[in-house]
Parts: sequence; structure tokens; C-alpha cells
Amino acid sequence: MKLGAIKAAVAALVLAASPAFAQDRLLNVSYDISRELFEALNPVFAEHWKAQSGRDVTIEQSHAGSSRQARSILEGLPADVVTFNQETDVNMLAKGGMVAENWREAFPNGASPWYSAPAFLVREGNPKNIQTWSDLAREDVQVVFPNPRTSGNGRYTYLAAYAFGLRENNGDQAAAQDFVRRIMGNVPVFDTGGRAATQTFVERGIADVLVTFEAETRQIAAQYADRGLVSITPPVSLFAAFPVAVVEENAEKNGTTELATEYLTWLYSPEAQRVVAEGGNRTANEEVTAEFADQFPPVELLNVDEVFGGWDKVESEHFASGGILDQVFVNQ
Amino acid sequence: MSLTHAPAVRARAVLPGFRLTLGTTVLYLSIIVLIPIIALVLTGAGIGPGRLWDIITAPRTLASLRITILAAALATVINAVYGLLMAWVLVRYRFPGRRLLDALMDIPFALPTAVAGLSLTALYSANGWFGALLEPLGLQVVYTLGGIVLAMTFTSIPFVVRAVQPVLEEFDPALEDAAASLGSRGFTTFRRVIFPAIMPAWLGGVTTSFARSLGEFGAVVFIAGNLPFRTEVASLLAYIRIEEYDYEGAAAIALVLMLLALALLFVSNLIQLRAARYGAVTA
Repeated sequence: MKLGAIKAAVAALVLAASPAFAQDRLLNVSYDISRELFEALNPVFAEHWKAQSGRDVTIEQSHAGSSRQARSILEGLPADVVTFNQETDVNMLAKGGMVAENWREAFPNGASPWYSAPAFLVREGNPKNIQTWSDLAREDVQVVFPNPRTSGNGRYTYLAAYAFGLRENNGDQAAAQDFVRRIMGNVPVFDTGGRAATQTFVERGIADVLVTFEAETRQIAAQYADRGLVSITPPVSLFAAFPVAVVEENAEKNGTTELATEYLTWLYSPEAQRVVAEGGNRTANEEVTAEFADQFPPVELLNVDEVFGGWDKVESEHFASGGILDQVFVNQ
Repeated sequence: MSLTHAPAVRARAVLPGFRLTLGTTVLYLSIIVLIPIIALVLTGAGIGPGRLWDIITAPRTLASLRITILAAALATVINAVYGLLMAWVLVRYRFPGRRLLDALMDIPFALPTAVAGLSLTALYSANGWFGALLEPLGLQVVYTLGGIVLAMTFTSIPFVVRAVQPVLEEFDPALEDAAASLGSRGFTTFRRVIFPAIMPAWLGGVTTSFARSLGEFGAVVFIAGNLPFRTEVASLLAYIRIEEYDYEGAAAIALVLMLLALALLFVSNLIQLRAARYGAVTA
């Protein structure tokens, strides 16, 4: 909250100090682990914008847990666009009147230019032979993922495990809860965000497996190539959309509506989608998906709408205080 | 009367009038400190006493408060002893590097607490410098209550040192000589002559240190493990409630922490007030 306020103040100062450039400046507020992806995307977009409009553009990036980011925007962070990893957080902005109610229809694929799924990162040679979700519930396996209470990443992991539990037990809620409770019981430390969990797993050498988005597992494995970490995509996982939206209220104020819309539309272009795929994400563009097909192992992706009946239901049944998450997380 | 009045006239010459200075200060203090606290209390009050009680007495809240208070108490006991020793060493001895050590004492104040938390975690985790030595002994510091105590100890030790130091500096060594001439020596002199003089300042520092530890967040979240009912501190729980857009729950927990800190600061001031009143007798 404090950080958000500071960021808001800084961004406001920057914007106020340079009114002449306001139209060529865009603040993209995003989630924690998309930093590198947008660092790769933004220069390519700047070229595209220059060619199209003859003008230079500066895209500012702000990264933190996406719920915290959504709150910062509600409290005044002048974001022009949001690129989140959770629909719930965009919905919060829609409820606050910052984003159009029908934001999902504003861009193709439910306003999700790419997607991923929770996957595993294991130590060299996969000594515990971890392949799928049921391995995480084994007594001899320790798991690390961020706190579902403070991280969208952690919530996806929880939901993916739950969805898998339901499927394995023919929809038996009690059995699924017991399954998730066993996995939660194998977690020695709950960090507050995805990057902190990575630190715990890689730098501190805690646990046998890290659960995070597939794209992130590949990036970490590449970054720590000397450790021989292995990225494993389980055969079944949960579809994780990365919803994008124009923050209309701010964009109008900043005079960036056109630029913001173009930026998000451009994310679907083959040019941008290739960068996205190289970052380890699964892309919306079929042509690019086909190009990178051999990099992505087949995975059956369960869907939040189908398994849980939509995000609103997930919120009220699982993540509300005293909900199912609290029952399996807290009453271990 | 004229004696006490004289400095006031001189003060007027240096700074603009009393009313303006006081007014500015009070306004400043209100905006920075008072209004945020009132807002917190009002948010807490808006919840209604029944709901407030439910939030506070929820098993998870109680567990986090118990862990927080226990860890803060342990950290405070450690700091009470070592802070006093540190102040003693800094005041009573002249040795190379003393100034450096003195300056080092302020690092926990200056350093971002998250950096402290990260560094401590790196050092004490099983593959860190200290952790690697402790692990064969079966001692695990990070992700346990011990880690929380460690982080709290780090961030609050200057309170004790900086409270005791000036009093110790002003302490007249002649009193020790007098005690010695009357046959007292060693620990007895410390216990009966020195300690009574510094005790109010020391207790004041100790209570502030306790209050600070209760609310510590940045350093703790990295080293605590954050497991509900085991290593989840109250400030983290307040943060979690905000992440859930549950402002009421966050405000209720924050309110409890604030009341605890206020009570401690009240005790601390009371101790110092008594010291000011009866100081002459004990010294």
C-alpha cells in the first residue's frame, strides 16, 4: 500500500512535469513476474508506433503482486493499461469504475493475449521423480509456492491442485479438499510473492519442487542454467489467462486512449506473440503457436469457468474469509 | 518569575512567535501522525463492536497475536541485556573502532527492513554461513519462531542502546569512587549505584523496543515462513486482509497492534516521568 502510494506519487510527478509528452507516455501496470517479458516487448512496440504514427513513445512499467497493483490504481496510481494475471483484479477495477464492465469483449480471446498454466520446477535430474500433482501430495516431497493469500500465482497453484483433486476423485469435494490440504501441509514456507518463492527454492535450497507459471519455470531454469533445474509441465493443469484492459478513466485524463488501445491490440500481432512465446508463454495467435509447438509439451488445461463455475464463485466459495482455502490452508 | 520569563523572550527573537511555531507543529503532527491514527480508529469503530470482537478473537488472529507478542517479548529480553552491555562498552571504554561501532548501532534504523530480512534469511538458511553451522546441531532458525525473534532483535536493538547511552555518559564516576570508598565493589556497585540511575532510561528503551517489534513487518516476512498458526505474525495477517480487499479485518488487527504499542509507550513515558520526579533520590 505504501509502495503503491509512492509509485503513484512518482508517476504523477513525472506526468505533471511533462504535459507536452503526455500523449506519448504510457504506464503499464502489471504483475510481479512479467517484468522481463515487457522489457522485451516494449522496444518492439516503440518501433511499431514510430512507424505508424511517426512519434516516439515511452512505456513505463510497474510490477508487483497484481492485487496490490489493482488496489494502487484504485487509490490513484495513474495506470493507462493493466496487464494482469488474474481476472479478479481487473474485475475489482471494473467495480471501481476505472475499467469498462465488458472489458473481456474489448480484445480477442477474452482479452487475454497469451496464457500459461501452473507447472513445476524441480532440482537437477528430478531426484524425487515429480511428474504430476499427486506427487506433490506425497509424504516425502516438499513443495514451495507463494501464499495464495497474497499472490495471484499462489491462488492459481491452489486452484490447479484443487481442480486436479476434483478430477481424480470424480468431483468429490471432500476428497479434493483433503488432497489440497496434504499439498499445503508439504509447504515449509509461504512467501508473499512469486519472486520471493523462487529465491527460497533456488537460493536457499528449500524443498523439492517450486510451483509457478510454466513460463516462469522456463525462465528460472534458463537463468540458473548451472544448477540444472528442470521445468516440468504436468499432463493436467489449469488455464491461466493474462487479462489486459485499458484503464479508461486514466487514459482519457492522460489523453492516451488511442495509444493504450493500440498497445494492447498490438500484443496480439504475430510480431509481439513471438516475443511472448520466446518468454515461455503460450500464445493466442494460432500461427505463432504452431511455430513454437515443439517447445510446449501437450497439456490438458482445465478451465476455471467449467470446473468452478466462474471467478465470482471462486471468490465467494474459496477465497472469501473462512472459505474453502481457509479450511484447507489454516486447519491443517 | 522573571527568571523563567527571560529565555522565552530570547526564544521569540530566534523563531517566529510561540503561537505560530506551536500552531505549525501541531498542524504538521496532526497531518502526519494524528489523523492517520484517528482514521484507523474510526475505521475500526465503523466495524461495530460485535464484528470487531469476532475478528480479534478468531483463532487465526489470536494465534498470530500470540506468536507476535511472544517473539517480540523474546527479542526484547535479548535486547534488554545486550543493548545495555553495548551502551556500557560504548560509553565506558575507549578502543580503536569505537566510533565505527557507535555508528553501526544506527544501521538497523537506516537500513530498509526488507533488506535486513533478506540478509538474515540468506545467512541463517540451511545453506547460509551461519545456517550451515547450525544445521548439524539440529537448530533451524529461518522459517521458525527463532527467525522472527532474530529479525525483531535486529530491528529494535538501537532503541535500548540509544536510550541508555546518554544517561550513562552523564553518570558521575565520582559516585562509583564514593561507593568503592564505602567498601562496595564490582557487581554491588553496579547493582546499587549505577543501575538505579540508568534503570528508567533502560526500561524506557526496552518498552519502545517491544512496541517496535510488535509491528515489524518487512524484516519478518522474509524469515518467518508465514505458516498460519505457526509462524504468521499479526502485521502479515493485516497485510493479507488488505490483499483480500478486507479493509475491516485489516483495520481490526491494526487497531489491536496500535493499542498494544500505545499501552507500551504509555508505560514507557510513565517510567521516565517517575524517573524525572524521583531521579535525584536514586542518584
